[in-house]
Amino acid sequence: MRIAPSITQRIAVSIMWTLAAVAMGVLAFIITYILWHGLPHLSWAFLTESPKSMGREGGVFPMIVGTLWVTMLAVVIAAPVGVATAIYLTEYTHEGKMTAAIRFGADCLAGIPSIIFGLFGFVFFVITLGMGLSVISGALTVALMVLPTIIRTSEEAIRAVPRAYRDVAYGLGSTRWQMVTRVVVRSALPGIATGVVLSVGRSISETAAVMLTAGSALGLPQSIFQSSRTLSLHFYILSREGISMTNAYATASVLIIAIMAINLSAYWLMRRFVGKA
Amino acid sequence: MTAIQKTRPARAEVKIRSEKLNLWYGSFQALKDVSISIRPRCITAIIGPSGCGKSTLLRCFNRLNERIGGVRIEGEIHLDGRNIYESGMDLMQLRKRVGMVFQRPNPFPLSVSDNVLYGPRVHGITDRALLEQLVESSLKATDLWEGLKDQLHRSALELPAEQQQRLCVSRLVAVEPEVLLMDEPCSALDPIATERIEELMQELASRYTIIIVTHNMQQAARVSQDAGFMLLGQLVEAGPTPTIFTNPSDQRTEDYVTGRYG
Repeated sequence: MRIAPSITQRIAVSIMWTLAAVAMGVLAFIITYILWHGLPHLSWAFLTESPKSMGREGGVFPMIVGTLWVTMLAVVIAAPVGVATAIYLTEYTHEGKMTAAIRFGADCLAGIPSIIFGLFGFVFFVITLGMGLSVISGALTVALMVLPTIIRTSEEAIRAVPRAYRDVAYGLGSTRWQMVTRVVVRSALPGIATGVVLSVGRSISETAAVMLTAGSALGLPQSIFQSSRTLSLHFYILSREGISMTNAYATASVLIIAIMAINLSAYWLMRRFVGKA
Repeated sequence: MTAIQKTRPARAEVKIRSEKLNLWYGSFQALKDVSISIRPRCITAIIGPSGCGKSTLLRCFNRLNERIGGVRIEGEIHLDGRNIYESGMDLMQLRKRVGMVFQRPNPFPLSVSDNVLYGPRVHGITDRALLEQLVESSLKATDLWEGLKDQLHRSALELPAEQQQRLCVSRLVAVEPEVLLMDEPCSALDPIATERIEELMQELASRYTIIIVTHNMQQAARVSQDAGFMLLGQLVEAGPTPTIFTNPSDQRTEDYVTGRYG
C-alpha cells in the first residue's frame, strides 16, 4: 500500500523536528544544569580572588588570567600561520600532490586526540626546548592543535569567493598580492573569522593538552614562562580529586559564560563590520 | 546618431589588431588563425554561436586567459602597434588600458565608492581630493551619479542588476582605460535594462574603443559599427555591421544572421 505523499511529508517533518528538538534539548539541559549548580556560587570575589586550600575556598582569578594568556597566545600564533597557509594553498599553488599532502596532513592533525598533542608538547616544548611547564608551552601546543581548523575553514572561505572577483581584480590591473589582500581575504573574512572564533572556543576549553604543557600551578603567572592552570584544568582537578564540587560547578559556569560571550560578540562584530561591507 | 557617425575614424585606423592568433586549452584548439582589426572609438561586435571562441578571443585582448592552466597561445595582438604578447609586457599596465565588463554584474562586496576606487587605489592613488573627484566623474560617465551621490557608502550588492553593471563600467572608467571589453554585458539583464546599457555603450564609444561579445544578433546590429562572425574557433568574416548583416560574403555568415542555426 502506498502512503500518500502529504502524509510522508508530515511524518518526515515531525521526525526531523523531534530530532532537532532532542539535540537542542540535550544542549540546553547541560548548560542549564551546570549554570543551575554553578551560578549560586558565582560572585565578584570568586572572579577576583586567588584560590585557597587547593581551590576548596577562594576564587579563580589566576585561572582566568592563565586561560586568557594561553588562549590569546595560541590564537595569535595559529591564526596568521593558518590563514597564510590557506592563502598559499588556494591562491599561490596549482592543485597537485603537494597541496593534497598538506590538506591530508591538516585533516589528520584535526582528528588526533588532544592528549597526543599534549604529549608531543610535553616532549618537544617542555623538555627538548626547555620551556618547562609554562604558559608559552601550553599556548604553542594549543596553537598546533587549532591550526588545522583555521587552515581548513579559511581555505573553504577563500574558495567560496567567486572567481569573477579575481577576474575583475586582475582585469583592473591588480597584482596577485593586491588581489589576494584587497578582494579575496576581504570577501572571505566572515568565514575566516568563524574559524578563528571556533579555535578560540577550542583553546579555552582545552584541558588534556594544557595539563601536560602549561602545568597546574595555582598562583598568578608573572610571565608567559611560568606555569599556570587554566579554568578547564582547574575544573577537572577540583572535580576529579573531589576537592570541591560547588567550586567546580562555579568554574564551569565561568567557562560557559565566557565562551557564550565570545561567540555572541564575534557574531555581533561580524554583522557590524562585514555585513555592512 | 548621425552626429556621432560623422566623427567615426577612417577605416584605415587601427587600435587593436590580432594576427594569426591560435589558442589551445590543453589539446582543444579554441582559436584558429584569428586575424581581426579593431577601429578606435567604435563598437565592434563579435557574434557567433555558443562555444565558437568569441569570449576566448575577447579575453586574449587583455591576456586574462593565461590565468587558466593548460592554455597555449600563438600569434600576435598589437595594441597601438605594439605586440602585447611580447616578453616584458607589463600585464598590470596592459589590463589598466584594456578593461573588461563581465557577463554577470560583479561588483565587489564593498561600498559604491570603494568599488569605483578599487582600480585607482591599486594603481597607487592616495590623494583624497583626487579620489573623490574620480568617484564623481566615473559615476557620471555611466549616469549613476545623480541616483547614487547620496548613497556612496551603501553596499554595491544592494543595487539592482542594471545599476550594478553600470557600476562595473564606472569601476573600469576610473582607471582611464582605452579599450572596454564587454563579454555579454546584458545577458543577465531584463530588456529595459539592456536597452539602457546599450545607450550607455553608444555614449562611451565616443571616448573608448569597445569590443562586445554577444550572441544576441539584434543587439549587435543595434549597437555596433563593425562586426565579426566567428564559428568553431575561426573568424569567418569581419567588416562593417550593415554589410555583415545584409550582404555577407560568406554563406555561413548569412546562414547565421538569418537564423538558420545558432
